[in-house]
Amino acid sequence: MENNQIIEQVTSGEYKYGFYTDIEMDMAPKGLNEDIIRFISQKKSEPDWLLEWRLKAYRHWLTMKQPNWGHLNIPPIDYNDIIYYAAPKSKKELQSLDEVDPELLATFNKLGISLEEQKRLSGVAVDAVMDSVSVKTTFSKTLEKHGIIFCSFSEAVQKHPDLVRKYMGSVVPYTDNYFAALNSAVFTDGSFCYIPKGVRCPLELSTYFRINAANTGQFERTLIIGDEESYVSYMEGCTAPQRDENQLHAAVVEIVAMKDAYVKYSTVQNWYPGNKQGEGGIYNLVTKRGICRGANSKISWTQVETGSAITWKYPSCILMGDNSVGEFYSVAVTNNYQQADTGTKMIHLGKNTSSTIISKGISAGFSNNSYRGLVKIVRKAENSRNFTQCDSLLLGDKCGAHTFPYIHDENKSSIVEHEATTSKISEDQLFYLQQRGISEESAIGLIVNGYAREVLKQLPMEFAVEAQKLLSISLEGSVG
Amino acid sequence: MLSIKNLHVSIEGREIIKGLNLEVKAGEVHAIMGPNGTGKSTLAAVVAGKEGIYEITKGEITYKGKRLDDLSVEERAREGIFLGFQYPVEIPGVTIVNFMRTAINEIRNYKGQEPIGAAEFLKMMEEAKNLVGIHSKLTNRSVNEGFSGGEKKKNEIFQMAMLKPDLAILDETDSGLDIDALKVVANGVNTLKRPDNATIVITHYQRLLDFIVPDFVHVLYDGRIVKSGGKELAIELEAKGYEWIKAENL
Repeated sequence: MENNQIIEQVTSGEYKYGFYTDIEMDMAPKGLNEDIIRFISQKKSEPDWLLEWRLKAYRHWLTMKQPNWGHLNIPPIDYNDIIYYAAPKSKKELQSLDEVDPELLATFNKLGISLEEQKRLSGVAVDAVMDSVSVKTTFSKTLEKHGIIFCSFSEAVQKHPDLVRKYMGSVVPYTDNYFAALNSAVFTDGSFCYIPKGVRCPLELSTYFRINAANTGQFERTLIIGDEESYVSYMEGCTAPQRDENQLHAAVVEIVAMKDAYVKYSTVQNWYPGNKQGEGGIYNLVTKRGICRGANSKISWTQVETGSAITWKYPSCILMGDNSVGEFYSVAVTNNYQQADTGTKMIHLGKNTSSTIISKGISAGFSNNSYRGLVKIVRKAENSRNFTQCDSLLLGDKCGAHTFPYIHDENKSSIVEHEATTSKISEDQLFYLQQRGISEESAIGLIVNGYAREVLKQLPMEFAVEAQKLLSISLEGSVG
Repeated sequence: MLSIKNLHVSIEGREIIKGLNLEVKAGEVHAIMGPNGTGKSTLAAVVAGKEGIYEITKGEITYKGKRLDDLSVEERAREGIFLGFQYPVEIPGVTIVNFMRTAINEIRNYKGQEPIGAAEFLKMMEEAKNLVGIHSKLTNRSVNEGFSGGEKKKNEIFQMAMLKPDLAILDETDSGLDIDALKVVANGVNTLKRPDNATIVITHYQRLLDFIVPDFVHVLYDGRIVKSGGKELAIELEAKGYEWIKAENL
């Protein structure tokens, strides 16, 4: 078989998680205006200050324009044709899995992420978010013992309003960008996590997101605060059901790391990417940013991006504290007609700050995959350093890989390194593996996983296995 | 085991193999010698099933009674054909351990067997490593990445020991090896010899045949086997040089 044909077969895989759950929805009418925002706020019984904040964000958003600098072709989005609130009707406190809607459990089981299994096998506390409302939080008791707060954003607003008010918008203000402003106005739920001073979180904190209703935009908001000398590893993963309509996802994630704190954030993103012809699929337009506020603090982002029709996402670090460390490890796969413009920003403000960027792009089909990164070192950031490695792997000859690195260095004592490679899976590599009895499909899976290994090994163990499978699945085709 | 009849192979319209015949039976070691560019590596690639630039225009290859053109590259491998590469490629990020486990399990799956157990796999790894004298550290590294020339060739024989093929074709395994590495490679091949398997050694020099003693020696010249004989043919060839063959075939 010709190499091109092989690659075509292997890369023309269709999305495997195409199903949706039928849960009675409680929806807002379509459209966006101040009344809708008041409706959301009321539904969630929010305090006045939060409603005011939402409205300010909305009014600011009205003055903004959707950014178009990404190497992306985003079809016009009608923001008045979106339902901004949808929630499962029953929303009571649940103590055990028995109380959870069986259909929801079935959905999780199909995805192979049964809460029960996870509870038993890996000791992971899971805050499962389905259509904007948290349905289940496990292991909260264990976390409580350490004074760790891990709950839905809505719950945090009710129970820990001071913390929310203090930190929300402190890393990503609502004025930051168009999608962050939109999120600030209409966010419905998300996760909140606070690790108190000196506490090392004994569990991997994990959240599974899932888009579930047609025409429902998802506006998640996550806030993670690592107080002084704390440690937490936080995981977020998602997968979405197949839909014809495009779905907008504009999340905001904020991380605050105080003095000597270490926050590790890992995500596997598998939103519905659209069909083979490029119809449908999620628009994932996300703002993720962390700030190393205190000295010696560290924030590490690891992402495996395989889904979405359009990805616009730059998990970034503001290195404010002296000696603080920022890391960004990324694998981004695009197949068929997917488009991704993703990367990071490392803003060095403090002395002796250092950042590492490892980006691995994989393009297949007719897709376009761009890395966009900014390394900024201000005048006062003495002895700062950055290392960037930016690799692209091409499968086939109809896809594109692009790199847009920006370096602003105002300090002579700093060291900035940038390495970049572009490679193709060679016919010789495939032949070598196949000659040992390995099928074409597995051979591509091996090569791709090998290529991404540097990033995958940053993931927590149980997540890494899932990510490896996902990489193979997203490049899998009709072979076998 | 392997029967090649009147094989013609072209690369981009140019005929490289021009009517080649070869019979290899179980238990035999064959050496194929010849000057550069006479089609030795092409023959090896075609038996392994490499496509792309190679086009079989005429003739037939049968292996264990089956026509090979019906089998894909991986099916041929699973049926026991092994190619020791002249230039083994690097596969970044894929450890030898992972590579071999994947290969063995796909072969077992093809034969309707269960995946290999961890203990059995480790034992096989130990034995194969000892046979070719490679370090444990090496097998945890990415396939061929940063390997020396000698390590790459030893790694080929290591894989052969792991997969225990019925028909091994070693394409210029001796090229670029010092005498010590050559002995290690030869010892590996000799140890892996069984009454029910066969080996084809492709080489430019007689040197390797001091250590791997062939039952048959064939001289490939201009796309055809022009001379066959016992091991003494290799010695004669070494003494007289390829000019002798060229002169005879003008």
